[in-house]
Amino acid sequence: MLITDGPTPVISIQDITVQFGGIVALDAVEFDIREGEILGLIGPNGAGKTTLFNCLSRLYTPTDGDIAFLGNSILGLPANKIAGLGIGRTFQNVACFANLSVRDNVRIGAHSDSRSDPLSDALRLPWVRREEQKIDAVTADLLGWLDLGDVAELPVGGLPFGTQKRVELARALASDPKLLLLDEPACGLNHDEVQELETIIRRIRDERGVTVLLVEHHMSLVMSVSDRVVVLNFGRKIAEGTPEEVQKNPDVVAAYLGDGH
Amino acid sequence: MTDIAHTDHRNPGLTAPAYRPADAPRRRLLSGGNIVTLLVLALLISIPIYSKGFFVFQMTQMLVYAIAVLGLNLLTGINGQFSLGHSAFYAIGAYTCAILVELGGVNYMLTIPIAGIVAFGFGFLFAFPALRLEGLYLALATFALAVATPQLLKLHAIEQWTGGVQGIVMFQDTFDVPVPFGLDMDPGVWTFYLTLFVFAVVYVLAMALVKSRTGRAMMAIRDNPIAARSMGISLPYYKATAFGVSALVTGIAGALNAIVIKFVAPDSFTFFFAILILVGMVIGGVGWLQGCLIGGLAMLYLPNIAEIFDNVVLWFAGLFGFADLLPSGNALQQQFIRLSGVIYGVILVLFIYVAPSGAGGLIRAIVSRVKRLTS
Repeated sequence: MLITDGPTPVISIQDITVQFGGIVALDAVEFDIREGEILGLIGPNGAGKTTLFNCLSRLYTPTDGDIAFLGNSILGLPANKIAGLGIGRTFQNVACFANLSVRDNVRIGAHSDSRSDPLSDALRLPWVRREEQKIDAVTADLLGWLDLGDVAELPVGGLPFGTQKRVELARALASDPKLLLLDEPACGLNHDEVQELETIIRRIRDERGVTVLLVEHHMSLVMSVSDRVVVLNFGRKIAEGTPEEVQKNPDVVAAYLGDGH
Repeated sequence: MTDIAHTDHRNPGLTAPAYRPADAPRRRLLSGGNIVTLLVLALLISIPIYSKGFFVFQMTQMLVYAIAVLGLNLLTGINGQFSLGHSAFYAIGAYTCAILVELGGVNYMLTIPIAGIVAFGFGFLFAFPALRLEGLYLALATFALAVATPQLLKLHAIEQWTGGVQGIVMFQDTFDVPVPFGLDMDPGVWTFYLTLFVFAVVYVLAMALVKSRTGRAMMAIRDNPIAARSMGISLPYYKATAFGVSALVTGIAGALNAIVIKFVAPDSFTFFFAILILVGMVIGGVGWLQGCLIGGLAMLYLPNIAEIFDNVVLWFAGLFGFADLLPSGNALQQQFIRLSGVIYGVILVLFIYVAPSGAGGLIRAIVSRVKRLTS
C-alpha cells in the first residue's frame, strides 16, 4: 500500500474561497492530498483550518473553487453521501453516540458501506443477516485493532476521553475509507495519549493504507507524524512542504511568532 | 515527487503489532432477558385460564395500550422525536378498522394490518413538514394534530363514513366480536388472544428493527445528528421512516381498540389520550421497548390506583371524624373525582422522582447492582 506510482491526488483542492458575509475565511486555497500520505494542516487560530475541514466534509459549500475526490467533484453531494465515497472523519470534541455501546458506535460507522431497508430489517431477511455479519466482522476486527475489545459492550458516554477518541477513530475506519479527515485529534489529550495517537495515526496509514489529513494545533505531533505540511494564515496558504522545509519558512515563523523574529 | 517520505517517518519498530479481533457479540439463547420474556409470555397466555370476564377485558385493553406505548417509544425513545399527537394515529387506526368492517364488510382481523398501513402513510406524510421542527416545536406541531383530529372526525362532510359525533357502533348484527374458525370460545377470551398475538408479532418485529442497521441509524440520529450524517445516514429518510413506523404500530393499537371496545367515537381520541400514552412510555422507560407492558399497565391502572387511594383517604376521614369537613352527597362525588386527579399527579411525580428513567432504568439499575454483588 505504501508504494505510490506517481503523485495521484486523493483530494484536489482547487482555488477554494469561502466568504461569510464580508469576511473571507478562505482565499483561493489550493493543494493536493496524495495517496498514502499523512498531510498536516496547520495555522494560527482563525486561519481557516476548520472552515476548510467543513468544506471537505460538505458541511459548508465554498463560494468559489472546487474539491475533487479521485478526480470527481464532491460539491454536488449532500453531507451524508461523503462517507459512502470513501471519506471518513472525526470531530474536534468527540461526537460519539453516547448512549450506545462501543460496538454499536463502530457498527454505525459501517452504515455507508452496507445496505438494508426497514422492512427487511424488521423481518430479519437472510440478505440483511448476511450484511449484518459483514458489519459485525469489520467491527470485531477494528475493536481488536484499536484495543477496544474489553469495553465493546459498554456505553461510550461513560468512557474516558482518550478511549472515546479511539472509538471515534474505529467508527471512522469502519466504512473502509480511502481518506481520513482528523479534526484536532490531540485536543484534550495528555502527553502519553498524544504519543499513543501518533502511533495510531501511523498505523492507520501503514496497516490500513488510509490517506490521512491531520488538522492540528499540537505542533510536535504534526511535525513528527506528517509527510508534508500545509500552513494557512488569514485564509491563505502561506507554505507547503516537508515538516523541515515548513519550519524554516520565514513566512511561517512570522505567522506563529510575529514579524520581529 | 514520487518518493513520498513514508519511510523516513515510519518507526521500524512499529510494523503491524499482532492483534486479535474482538470477540463476536454474544448471542445466547438462554440469556436472562430471553427467560424473562418467555415467563412473561407464559403468564400472559395463562390469564384467561385462571380468570375471566372483566379482568380478561382489562388485560386485553392493557395489551392494546402497550402496543401504543411501543409505537410512541419507537419515535421518541429510539429516534429522539417528540410527539404529543399519537392519539391522532390511534384514531386513524381505529376509524380505518371501524369503517372497513361496518361499511366495507371487511373481515375485522384483516383490517388490523390495513389500519397499520394507513397510519404509516399518514405518519410518513406528517413527518415531512415535521422534519424541520425539533424539540418543543415538534411537540407543538403534534399537539395541533391531536387537537385537530377529533374535530376533523366530526366534520359533517364525512359524517356518512365516520358517523359524526355519534361515532360507529361495530358488530351490530352479531352483538359481539365473531369468533372465527368455528372455535368454541368466549368472544372476550378470543379478543384477548388475538390482541396478544398481534402484540407478540409487533413486539418481535420492533425489537428486530431496533437491533438492525435501520434501528442503529435511528438511535445515532437521536444521540448526535451531525455525526450521524457524517456516517452516511440520511436524516430525512430515517426520521420520516421512524415517524411512519411509529404511526403504523400506534394505528394497529387503534384498530385493536376499536375491535375490543366495539365502538369508535371522536372524543375517545382527544389530546388527553396522547398524554396518557406519553405517561405510559415515560413510566415504562423511554428508549426501553420492553417497558411497554409496564407502560400499558400504568395507563390502565394508574387512574384506578388513584381512586383506591382516594377511597382510603375518605375512609380515614370517616374513621377520625373528619368526614363532616368533606362535602357530602353529590358534591362528594365531584370532590372524589377531583381528588383522584390530584393523587394521580402525586403518584406520577413520586414515580419520576424515584425512577427518573422509568421502570426500564430502575430494572437495569437493580440488575447491574445484583450482578456486581454476585461477581
